[in-house]
Amino acid sequence: MQTPAPVDYVRATSVADALSLLQQHGDEARLLAGGHSLLPMMKLRLARPEILVDINDLDELRGIRVDGNEIVIGAMVTHAEILNSPILFEHYPIFREAEKVIADPIVRNKGTMGGSMCQADPAEDLSAVGAALRGTVVIQNAEGRRTVPMREFHEGPYETKVADGEILVEVRYPILPGSGSAYEKVERRSGDWAVCAAGACVTISGGVFSSVGIGIGAVNAEHFTATGAEAFLVGKEPTAENIATAAQMAADSCDPSADQRGPADYKKHLAMELTKRALTRAAAAAVAVHLTKNGA
Amino acid sequence: MEISMKINGAEVTHDVEPRTLLVHFVRENAGLRGTHWGCDTSNCGACVLWVDGTPIKSCTMLAASAAGHDITTVEGLEKDGKLDPIQQGFIECHGLQCGFCTPGMLMTGRWILDNNPKPSEEEIREGISGQLCRCTGYKNIVDSIHWAAAHPAENEVSA
Repeated sequence: MQTPAPVDYVRATSVADALSLLQQHGDEARLLAGGHSLLPMMKLRLARPEILVDINDLDELRGIRVDGNEIVIGAMVTHAEILNSPILFEHYPIFREAEKVIADPIVRNKGTMGGSMCQADPAEDLSAVGAALRGTVVIQNAEGRRTVPMREFHEGPYETKVADGEILVEVRYPILPGSGSAYEKVERRSGDWAVCAAGACVTISGGVFSSVGIGIGAVNAEHFTATGAEAFLVGKEPTAENIATAAQMAADSCDPSADQRGPADYKKHLAMELTKRALTRAAAAAVAVHLTKNGA
Repeated sequence: MEISMKINGAEVTHDVEPRTLLVHFVRENAGLRGTHWGCDTSNCGACVLWVDGTPIKSCTMLAASAAGHDITTVEGLEKDGKLDPIQQGFIECHGLQCGFCTPGMLMTGRWILDNNPKPSEEEIREGISGQLCRCTGYKNIVDSIHWAAAHPAENEVSA
């Protein structure tokens, strides 16, 4: 039987209340969001908080909305809400593709974006998506709000820029008109963590890539991305050859370790192949949008 | 701590440890053993019940978090002595053998149909992909949910 060790519980009534509770209890407190990372960790005694601060009542952390030229996703938005969001699907189909392969439909009903990101598993899918889309994380503490680029959010496996006494409140994604995006993942069985995953978001202008975002998960890519491959593609035509070269560069920049999900060379091969597929589909979608906008 | 929630329409209050999982609150404190306690790791889906109408895995939610919410368990499917079509479907199509996964399958199956009254086989299989059955090979479960889709209750809007 797996049950968490004894723990105290308190429900926060607002973000300000949650912050003051965190401040009051210091590093003995943990925020409880969807609980689908934290409760399993507590059952295994890998996490031993003294008090849980439940933030499920905080509606201010919910909702997906457009704010100027950004899409804002609240920390307590569930995976199911991201999967089914018409706003996200219109601008960034990559979210639907990634969410479809995160866990299973019932887990997605409870697990949250903020919880997943703060757990910061090296194979976490939304981290790769966030890197590809160059999102910005908004973190709140007693002094106010600060922002951290997605590409600087992770300090290492299971470590992020969210410090004790802070809450991740939302992630903001710039809207890129005419962009194409796609996500590719290989897992051992349906709903499992990725053996490797890759996402891409590109815009094409004048027949060449005008912006390229690549996100890579589970293979120890620095900041979940591959900046060399991105830089190589900008200004180049979206040919199969250019994409293959970039995908190889991306794979070469990864440093996967062998584990029960597979040997390192296999994971590196996947990084190349999945980056290639994601870039190819993203480029095709971007071109399609571009042509539509010109009435073709 | 004292916790109150509505389970199948009835207010239930008990004094429990904050670490108590919802599945244990429902089974041990509320005495409703229909919800099954399976893998403990949010994999198997035997413990699926609804919180405010949405299915979740009750082994991975604290009872404290469910306080003040509306819980529906498999016992809540039957209305006025009449089985829900999803339950009848599992009888008609032999949708269970050992029956361990059945309460979770029923709660998810009902939810699938509430959101999509005429699901395809693929949509049903995707919908129950968070739940394990070691007996049926899933075929009869898919058939059972299809049967329920084809035989909606009188008060359901048929698609």
